[in-house]
Amino acid sequence: MSDISTSSPQPLFTSKDLVTDQDVRWCPGCGDYSILKQAQTVIPELGIPKEKIVFISGIGCSSRFPYYMETFGMHSIHGRATAIASGLKATRPDLSVWLVTGDGDALSIGGNHFIHILRRNFNLNILLFNNQIYGLTKGQYSPTSEEGKVTKSTPFGSLDHPFNPIALAIGADGTFIARSMDRDPTHLKDMLRRSHAHSGTSFLEIYQNCNVFNDGTFEIFTDKATKKEETLFVEDGKPLIFGKENEKGIKLDGFTPKVVELGASASPDDLWVHDEKDRVKAGILGRFFDNPALKPDHFPRPFGVFYTEDRKTYDSDINLQVERATEKLGEGDLDKLLRGKEVWEIV
Amino acid sequence: MDQNNSVLERVIIKFAGDSGDGMQLTGTQFTNTAALFGNDISTFPDFPAEIRAPQGTLAGVSGYQIHFGSVNIYSPGDRCDVLVVMNAAALKSNLRHLKSGGTIIANIEGFDAKNLRLANVPEGKNPLEDDSLSNYRLVRIDVTKLTRAALVDSGLGTKEIDRSKNMFVLGFLYWMYNRELDNSIKFLTEKFSKKQDVLDANIKVLKAGYAYGETTEAIETRYIVNPAKMKPGIYRNIMGNQAAALGLIAASKKAGIPMFYGTYPITPASDILHELAKYKNFGVRTFQAEDEIAAICSSIGASFGGHLGVTASSGPGIALKGEAMGLAVMLEIPLVICNIQRGGPSTGLPTKTEQSDLMQALYGRNGEAPMPVIAATSPADCFRTAFEACKLAIEFMTPVMFLSDGYIANGAEPWQFPKSADLSEIKVTYASAKEGEKFLPYKRDEKLSRPWAIPGTKGLEHRIGGLEKEHETGNISYDPENHEFMVNMREAKVEKIADYIPEIKVDSGSDKGKLLVLGWGSTFGAIKTAAADARAEGYDVSHAQVRYIKPFPKNLGELLYNFEHVLIPEMNSGQLIRVIRDKYMIPAIALNKVQGMPFTASEIKDKITELLKK
Repeated sequence: MSDISTSSPQPLFTSKDLVTDQDVRWCPGCGDYSILKQAQTVIPELGIPKEKIVFISGIGCSSRFPYYMETFGMHSIHGRATAIASGLKATRPDLSVWLVTGDGDALSIGGNHFIHILRRNFNLNILLFNNQIYGLTKGQYSPTSEEGKVTKSTPFGSLDHPFNPIALAIGADGTFIARSMDRDPTHLKDMLRRSHAHSGTSFLEIYQNCNVFNDGTFEIFTDKATKKEETLFVEDGKPLIFGKENEKGIKLDGFTPKVVELGASASPDDLWVHDEKDRVKAGILGRFFDNPALKPDHFPRPFGVFYTEDRKTYDSDINLQVERATEKLGEGDLDKLLRGKEVWEIV
Repeated sequence: MDQNNSVLERVIIKFAGDSGDGMQLTGTQFTNTAALFGNDISTFPDFPAEIRAPQGTLAGVSGYQIHFGSVNIYSPGDRCDVLVVMNAAALKSNLRHLKSGGTIIANIEGFDAKNLRLANVPEGKNPLEDDSLSNYRLVRIDVTKLTRAALVDSGLGTKEIDRSKNMFVLGFLYWMYNRELDNSIKFLTEKFSKKQDVLDANIKVLKAGYAYGETTEAIETRYIVNPAKMKPGIYRNIMGNQAAALGLIAASKKAGIPMFYGTYPITPASDILHELAKYKNFGVRTFQAEDEIAAICSSIGASFGGHLGVTASSGPGIALKGEAMGLAVMLEIPLVICNIQRGGPSTGLPTKTEQSDLMQALYGRNGEAPMPVIAATSPADCFRTAFEACKLAIEFMTPVMFLSDGYIANGAEPWQFPKSADLSEIKVTYASAKEGEKFLPYKRDEKLSRPWAIPGTKGLEHRIGGLEKEHETGNISYDPENHEFMVNMREAKVEKIADYIPEIKVDSGSDKGKLLVLGWGSTFGAIKTAAADARAEGYDVSHAQVRYIKPFPKNLGELLYNFEHVLIPEMNSGQLIRVIRDKYMIPAIALNKVQGMPFTASEIKDKITELLKK
């Protein structure tokens, strides 16, 4: 893991200070509870004054999140949190802005704003709670639901090919792209810290179980019995190893990834070593997206930071333009502006 | 050569040609020169939606009308005195706008076989050669040939040479109206500062056009239009969109908070963005968003952060912003939404004008979502109206709709610009935490306005959103009585603004009488002219223009009840009239025009006389 600029010597506030007086209204057992808890644990460590923190959400179950965080917050309209956060960050780069969204909010109705915020690279954090279902509207398929999914709106199975959010974010030139899950608090906390530490738009996809409308959709990745076999936790500079006994690895044959057994045929030295700065390899890793149920011979699902790069942020640039113009032209003189270039006098 | 000089009070000239002929530039140059000379002016550009429609066709005709005079001018005028046509298509599509006996200045080359065919003139006919134009004074000039002759030694290619033929026309018109060339030479010098050969060519052709007037006998009479007797003061020329941009900047300066302008390009609103983007040193942050929704949402984000959020569009874009406007109503944060209206519905007539978005402005959102609406009446008035929209938004914590339209957005007039010190103050109050007191984000003051609590303020952490909220606390509430209370509160808050805005006064005519012509928005000039003309003929008619449409000025009803009849001309199928009839229960009479073109004064005057003759 790279350096994480986190803990200030004395936290300015505690997790408890982040709890609001509103009752949390997610269904009992919802994965959102864990995400809220990890966020409330990590944020006090970050050394940001509470009043400088803003949570902005769209619409959906996840978007209730701001009501439960004792910071500034806005529960906006469907799909638009990204656009609202862009305007806020452009004018107030001093704030720590966190965006909470879901698979429908970010990728369906808000898909356009999502790709544009990534390319512009505002310095803020996007937490996408992906549960592969529409929960708030009671169980329709979402843009991340698997093909053939039977839901209330698709009794004969969904025809939609699902989005791969990681691949989409790489395609949109995101500068920090990571995945975690609700059921791995340690990893999730790490990813939240890394998201905050990154300067630019941090995109963190969080697999979140909807125990009412899509229970167990990620079980294969989160259940102890299958997790080690089905997931691949990547770390910068470390070889890609997975399996019950860490007995398997990923090797790159040219641009083609291959699963190899460690031991006789391959040693850890032969394996693909994860490089967070390698965009091409991040693209390959992002495509480890087979549906385990449909393809027995599939790659494990990666978790961790796929890709990160340092790129100038839009919020810093837009303010720099204002500063530079003011330096060059002097602070705007309203009377001069109103007068314009050519005038005439009537006496 | 000795020419006669004839003094005229007012003249209307229309320049028309192919959209590549530079007619807009010719028109604006003539306008600026007239303005600097001291004439009162009003202009109306009329251009096709296509950037370059097929050359020579009727679809590609671009026009620019200027009305200038030594008397007060309130509109670009009805029919023109002089029609300048660069080709057959321009003549065909504009002849109906020329007064009987008016002058046609025609470029002969634009009437060759090809151009005649493109303009759908019947085979074998040429209006310049038959007697079909005998009701007019026809001046035929071979502009192309003369331009080429003037530039024979310039070293420029034919294509480049031909591009300056509009300068020949401009020079000729300058001669005809006794104008100096200095202003245009200065303009060209700045424009082509890096292209000496093109600059020399343009100046040469401009002078050649002037000399052509002097040395030929194409026109026997030159005209003098003396400076107008306008209110003493310093003036500049201004277009509506430019004035709106300055109004927004002025408000941001007076309020002492920076402006954020989130927008998406759309005709005819884009020029506001182009203007604002230049003024970064005024703290203006312009953001060309990915779509109309992101444009308004980013502005909402900026307002949430304590900046002045502004967005602009035209009808189709405003439709897309509807949900977000509702959010701003619910959040109760300052936001200015500019709608530069154009012909609708759907894509409609992008480059033409209409006032058909009034209902959309008043009601175009889901739920009960009241929003103040104010409308500019002329190009220069866009400054004041945009400024007031910002003032209301900030002081009343509400989104405000500013209405303009393509006609005044692109039209120009002289503007006696204000001093910044004379502009009214705009008071910004950010909330601060009070020791031992729980912060109530929806607690209201005497204006029913809530506090502006911006992120970064210690002790004010709170959540707002689009869900219905409890009175004062702002917590989510599904309580039936609370919902109705809040719906009524939001309406009352907007209506409360009527206590703080000026009352309506008649613009001309008496306060009581037979007929009041009530207009809104850009119909101002045409109604003012029509009412004055009708009064000159002895008719008892008054004119008032309503600028605040939501809420109406408090005394509007009283004013309406003082007249036997109320006539409401609108460039739509009758929108304000429905609101007036509904609110004041009067049998107001409609005069509607939905042609993508502004009213002419005579159309309104005819209706006035028709009503009063009965």
